[in-house]
Amino acid sequence: MLDVKNKIIPLLQNIEKITPDDFTFMEVCGTHTMSIARYGLRSLLPKRMRIISGPGCPVCVSSSKDIRTAIQIAKLPNTIVATFGDMLRVPCEGESLQEHKNVKVIYSPMESLVMAEKNRDKEVVLLGVGFETTSPLTAVVIKEAEKRGLNNFFVLCMHKLIPQAMELIMQSKNINLNGFLLPGHVSAITGSRYFDFISKFDFCGVVTGFEPVNIVSSISMLVTNHVNSKYGVFNNYEPVVNDAGNLTAQGLVKDVYEPCDSDWRGIGKIKASGLKIKRAYSRFDATNKFNIKMEKVDDPKGCRCGDILKGNALPTECMHYGRSCTPSNPIGPCMVSTEGTCAAFYKYVED
Amino acid sequence: MCLAIPLKVLNVLNDNILLVESGGININVSCALISDVKKGDYVLVHAGFAIQKMTESEAKETLSVISGE
Repeated sequence: MLDVKNKIIPLLQNIEKITPDDFTFMEVCGTHTMSIARYGLRSLLPKRMRIISGPGCPVCVSSSKDIRTAIQIAKLPNTIVATFGDMLRVPCEGESLQEHKNVKVIYSPMESLVMAEKNRDKEVVLLGVGFETTSPLTAVVIKEAEKRGLNNFFVLCMHKLIPQAMELIMQSKNINLNGFLLPGHVSAITGSRYFDFISKFDFCGVVTGFEPVNIVSSISMLVTNHVNSKYGVFNNYEPVVNDAGNLTAQGLVKDVYEPCDSDWRGIGKIKASGLKIKRAYSRFDATNKFNIKMEKVDDPKGCRCGDILKGNALPTECMHYGRSCTPSNPIGPCMVSTEGTCAAFYKYVED
Repeated sequence: MCLAIPLKVLNVLNDNILLVESGGININVSCALISDVKKGDYVLVHAGFAIQKMTESEAKETLSVISGE
């Protein structure tokens, strides 16, 4: 602990010294949202520095339409829906996946393959949720299903790509952003060059890990670079992240998916921001297998998850937060997900 | 969901499965996304997959923070 203090104090002193008025940055990773809240970093940083949580929680940005599709599949008699635990309690029109006995929680997508092999009479559907760190894992599982000749395994692909959402935010005039903390494990897969596009908007970004010293040191780098007008991507997570990333993972993603337009909760459709299973693997695509007619699903009245995800509002500015919307009784996904902005605030931020 | 953690490789079982030690418990993890992994290496594990190799000192630094030392 003393070691952490010794490292963090000089960083905080530097930040206090050089941060200009109204300095605002955004993180776009649910685990950063949680780490910043958990370590109480906001209280250590200058008041004139604003940290905004962006759309970095994949559960929170899953569209209501996608959640409803998953619920409809779970209601079918012969299905098993395999999902990460975070998705279970996301409310959608008064119900959630949790209430359906066909839904099973998995830690690894590979478990869904084992389920398909052990339950040949069932149709196993993996909910493919997550950003660039997780989509390669689903790709591995699809390739393995092909290798094993499975005909009862499917993926409802809801994977998304973070750069397009970041571009939308950078182009928006609503928030006066100065930079980004860039997601460490996404970058481990994609390489830090993946985020080079931010320099065309005169933004700084620092690839960051998840420990408090590393996060504070990244913030120090962010402010320093901004003040010196040094734009572009800086890598502060070198043990794990390099320029090029994991080429095996990237190759698998190119093999299995193609980009598609995707619906982000509270934001709407973002062009080329999602992944779709390619035709060559279409027999594993749940949207081909289950022909479920979808109409638009409205988000709950007064729920400000959308504004919160875009960084336009804090959880405390939502009328439901802490009153009708709590972790034990969530109204929107930002409160349900362990990485959701509202959940992080509720758990760690003092009123 | 997304927090990947560094774990030590105890054994490589076959082409695609490693056995890693996680706080005293041994778990199987896929190494489909990395190559040339040996017993004693450290790997970053995300949702049951090794996504990157790390050195022992890098892994230990992360782990000491996670365990709250």
